Amino acid sequence: MTNDEIVLAIKDIIATIAPDEELVHLKMDVRLREQIELDSMDFLDIVMELRKRYGVQVPEQDYMELATLAGCVKYLGPKLADKPLKLASRA
Amino acid sequence: MRYDALIIGAGLSGLGAGIRLAQFGKRVAILEKHSVWGGLNSFYKLEGRLFDSGLHAFTNYVPRGERTRPLGKILRQLRIDHDALELGEQTWSAIRFADAELKFSNDFELLRSEIARVFPSETANFDRLVADLPDYDVLDGRRSGVWARAELTKYFREPLLVEMLMCPLCFYGSAHERDVEWEQFAILFRSLFLEGFARPAGGIRAVLDVLVKRFKAEGGEIKLRSGVRRIVIDGGEARGVELENGAVLEAEHVFSSAGRVETRRLCGAADEAADVGRLSFIEAIAVTERTPRESRFDGTAIFFNDSPRFEYARPDELVDARSGVICTPNNYATPRPLAEGMLRVTLLANYDRWTALGDEDYAREKARATELAFAAAARFAFDVRGREVFQDTFTPRTIERFTGHLGGAIYGSPRKSHDGSSGVERLSLIGTDQGLVGIVGALLSGITIANRREQQSTRTAP
Ligand SMILES: Cc1cc2nc3c(=O)[nH]c(=O)nc-3n(C[C@H](O)[C@H](O)[C@H](O)COP(=O)(O)OP(=O)(O)OC[C@H]3O[C@@H](n4cnc5c(N)ncnc54)[C@H](O)[C@@H]3O)c2cc1C
Repeated sequence: MTNDEIVLAIKDIIATIAPDEELVHLKMDVRLREQIELDSMDFLDIVMELRKRYGVQVPEQDYMELATLAGCVKYLGPKLADKPLKLASRA
Repeated sequence: MRYDALIIGAGLSGLGAGIRLAQFGKRVAILEKHSVWGGLNSFYKLEGRLFDSGLHAFTNYVPRGERTRPLGKILRQLRIDHDALELGEQTWSAIRFADAELKFSNDFELLRSEIARVFPSETANFDRLVADLPDYDVLDGRRSGVWARAELTKYFREPLLVEMLMCPLCFYGSAHERDVEWEQFAILFRSLFLEGFARPAGGIRAVLDVLVKRFKAEGGEIKLRSGVRRIVIDGGEARGVELENGAVLEAEHVFSSAGRVETRRLCGAADEAADVGRLSFIEAIAVTERTPRESRFDGTAIFFNDSPRFEYARPDELVDARSGVICTPNNYATPRPLAEGMLRVTLLANYDRWTALGDEDYAREKARATELAFAAAARFAFDVRGREVFQDTFTPRTIERFTGHLGGAIYGSPRKSHDGSSGVERLSLIGTDQGLVGIVGALLSGITIANRREQQSTRTAP
């Protein structure tokens, strides 16, 4: 996956968890929680979907790395480099 | 055979936890003693009619799209569409005391204007209370040790207003006699007044169907008629359970919704009898040909009290008819109206007295308590007497028999375990004795504790 695809992958996961959220305007460097209604419960679902779709394990102490889209790209980049993008949401 | 997780009880908390654990990819089974799911909020058939065992009001109602409140959260977590529940909103409800009434509805302004009408000098104080109300994070189980009655007295000069606010909140969720913890007060205040009441068009059965379908779709297993006789403990850790039929199931983690003392007993501990809840109830149900509207009653729930102080304690007598809840499922705006009229009346009851009765006395006392309940309904809402085409009443004895809750205590033990800990490793408490009650509360409890467990299991050594 390229960096752009990682952003798509994360947005697609969020769209599955929170189908009512508007995601096109999400900024890269602002915490996701400040842009959309995401609480710690939803966060667990992002981690869960990453594992289910891509087999990527994110241990609890690394959850913070996923706070922004830019953080996701940085943290997940190496882990997702050789994985193909999978889109599941209705969007 | 080994499970990642076993859940004792297919009530709402068990189903909530089960769906989450299955979503996390766990191999999970729910073990339920009865032949049907739902626990305290289940359903049964009598003479061809389908009854909900508990449902008065689906509390915490918020409309579709409201995602930050408990209902929005659980639907999102369980990936259930708001529309799937077919919730119809209440008309209005009221707190009715001997000489004062406060109406409320899903529009909070109604309660505000009622306070201004009945207690004009308290209007600003009421607004201050609402502004101060802690927005309690369900993940945070800390308790301040503050009691609601004492706290409310700091806001209001009118003792009657304090009593009136306490009445619905105690009936819908206090495990303590005469009072409610401040945090629980805040949770209940939001769920009843700031959020609201609704009814699923298909009753609780339809809600349970959605949950069970969801659980199975995620790969979960439900075993009915599978009572747990014992939790297998080794080296201070739960290792699995032994069923009443002798089968032993092993698991990485056990979640129990049976209750605090009940779960301790399954672990072989005989103590803690003092922690059994003292509050139980009877519920008298009447089915009538006429709808409540035809009896000129268009409200939903009435929380009544006609003694100077609202008592909320285990009565010395079999029942206490001075206060209670009157409710009709007819007056909700659901897409399909009910074919017949129905009235439900809840009164406080004394478990020890009900269980001490012989069969003949039991039947007679049940009929007498039912009369008291319907007389109260006639005084505070509408009269069904002489018009019942069907009647059923359940007592503390019935509640204990069908849900296993000791003492018939619907809200469980006054000793809660907000972090879900049970005193035994790999064994968590969910539901009533974790501290969140009601349909939405129990679901949230199961979800929260399952989430926490998942989060812990992804914690790796540094
Ligand atoms: C009369 C009444 C009216 C109510 N009205 C409302 C209402 O209008 N609105 C609302 O929101 N809430 C209402 N409630 C409260 C609500 O129903 C409960 O708070 C909620 O259902 C509790 O769910 P739970 O999962 O914690 O517990 P439970 O539903 O009690 O689930 C526990 C389950 O565990 C099972 N179990 C116990 N021991 C064992 C064992 N050893 N082995 C296997 N299984 C076992 C039981 O059979 C039960 O199914 C009402 C309750 C009652 C009784």
